[in-house]
Amino acid sequence: MVDNEEVRYKLTAYIIRRLLILPLILLGVTFMIFAMIWSLGPERLIGTYVKSPEALKSESAEQRIIEKYGLDQPLPVQYAKWLGNVFQGDFGYSNVGRTGVREAITSRLPYTAELAMYSIIPVIIVGIWLGVIAGKNHNRWKDHSIRIFAIIGWSLPDYVFGLLVLLVFYSWLGWFPPGYLSQDGLAALRSETWNSVTKFATIDSIINWRWDIFVDAIRHLVGPIITISYLWWAFLLRITRSSMLEVMRKDYVRTARAKGLSEKVVINKHVKRNAMIPVVTVAGGMIVQLLAGTVIVETIFSRPGLGNFTAMAAVQLDYFSIIGSALFFSTILIVANLLVDISYALIDPRIRLS
Amino acid sequence: MHMKQKNNTEFKRVMRKILKNPSAMLGFFLLIFFVIIAIFAPLLAPVEGDDNPYQMKPTKYNGKMLWKSTPIAPDPEHPFGIIGKYDVWYGVVWGTRSAFKIGLIVSIISSFIGILIGSIAGYFGGMIDEILMRITDVFMSIPFLVAAMIMTTILGKGLDKVTIALIIFGWMQVARLIRGNILQAKEEQYVLAAKALGINSTKIIVKHLLPNTIFPVVVQMSMRMGSLVITAAALSFLGVGAEMGYADWGTILSYSRNYMLELNRSWFAVVFPGIAMVLFVLAWNLVGDALRDIFDPKMRA
Repeated sequence: MVDNEEVRYKLTAYIIRRLLILPLILLGVTFMIFAMIWSLGPERLIGTYVKSPEALKSESAEQRIIEKYGLDQPLPVQYAKWLGNVFQGDFGYSNVGRTGVREAITSRLPYTAELAMYSIIPVIIVGIWLGVIAGKNHNRWKDHSIRIFAIIGWSLPDYVFGLLVLLVFYSWLGWFPPGYLSQDGLAALRSETWNSVTKFATIDSIINWRWDIFVDAIRHLVGPIITISYLWWAFLLRITRSSMLEVMRKDYVRTARAKGLSEKVVINKHVKRNAMIPVVTVAGGMIVQLLAGTVIVETIFSRPGLGNFTAMAAVQLDYFSIIGSALFFSTILIVANLLVDISYALIDPRIRLS
Repeated sequence: MHMKQKNNTEFKRVMRKILKNPSAMLGFFLLIFFVIIAIFAPLLAPVEGDDNPYQMKPTKYNGKMLWKSTPIAPDPEHPFGIIGKYDVWYGVVWGTRSAFKIGLIVSIISSFIGILIGSIAGYFGGMIDEILMRITDVFMSIPFLVAAMIMTTILGKGLDKVTIALIIFGWMQVARLIRGNILQAKEEQYVLAAKALGINSTKIIVKHLLPNTIFPVVVQMSMRMGSLVITAAALSFLGVGAEMGYADWGTILSYSRNYMLELNRSWFAVVFPGIAMVLFVLAWNLVGDALRDIFDPKMRA
């Protein structure tokens, strides 16, 4: 697609510019988050450094800690110090995790990653599929019913829908319990013979030939997956549908039809491919929002992942844990946005570079 | 006189468009319904005592004070049931006011900030644009819910603090939108002419550029009302939003968290505020859609 020398040159310049800006934005994010926490003042920051209440028993303890960690120093000094720690992988101590923030986050990540993995695939495939059906059957009953399905999903808050899923599938039907695994499953995971390769219960159970634990893990995953999927189907199919409709109005589609090509060929070869461009650009941001959405979904289904951890940290005012998760989420967001923008520019160089 | 006539036909055109579109009609109807509930809240759910009506008070059941906070299913006296000693009906009705309050305040103030930053960046361009847009990028680099959570943990509990948090992280889309539109409009003949005449920049922005770029902002404000109210309620649901017992949809939902494993006993505390939220968001989304159809110049032809 990129045949012209000048276009290629511009494209390279664009990518280099974006890559140079990336660390700047990341630095800006760390500064903003730190400044927010810093505004609490030294007295409240003490709590984040103290590991036990005993440490504050002696009279001058407070003052000593403030001096030791330089909590009364101006913002730039403290920020530089903190940033130095962050670069060495030290994000401070997590009260909620009872360990370092980095360890707390890495130990919870697999739970969230597993959920995200099983959610994203059906979301993208089914969401686009529904959007294409709606677009193809514009203003017919299939289109109308898919649109109603989308409008409801689009207006439903994730926590309301999640609670309803829990109400119906757990409280009433008893099919899909909340949590990570049943008691027996958790016990098996803790046993010494358990071979933990991927930290994903669904995959590890197959490696360990434990069919019962595989089923158990799936049963606990269904509720959160349903919750995430429905809301994002609604979103993705709306985008796909309107993009399809827009492309179908284009002259080259009319030309293709006039040439006597069959409807199937027109849709598959001309419409679908071009309609996917805007879908690609939202898909990246969607994955990030989906990850952030685990804060709510994991809280409702008590899945012990990163989202649940963030919510608990916020409630317990565990500032360093919140900073850690926020940095994690924003790093993913920034990188995902960069990848989307670059792939967008590669697909269609006219759009961004003009 | 001429101007008035023109406005009149414009008004008729807008009304015709709304009346012809059933989903727009539904949106406006729902919105009016919520406005009526908000206005008549004191009649629909009478306040006991004369202090702050937004602070729910433990309700009476069969004329007696409740000792335990176990959920009580709906009955004629409490049509939406009781959860955590609070009457759900009262919370849903007064929660409508809270929703309007937070949605309107946040969307108006954050749009204003967005317009200010976007128009400065777009009009002056160059270094100013670069700096302002990179700051915008930084603010957009934290997921909205997570950012709002950090802010509310720092500011403390309370609906006013939630409002501040949402404003701080809610202006960026408008800023980008306005900037993009102004960049386009800047090259138009009438703006170049105004510049050549030596009219000062503030005047050009306010008098010539903004009026032509403001409609997309109005559409976006309406579309964002729903998501703002949802995020505010999400914070309350997670326990970092409104104070305990504040009449707010998210707060009522948060009481059902105590019964997460036996939701069949407290289903009414999920279903009724849930329905209110869905309809509220739906109303704003449909109205936003309708406004976009009306204001989008491409659709007029």
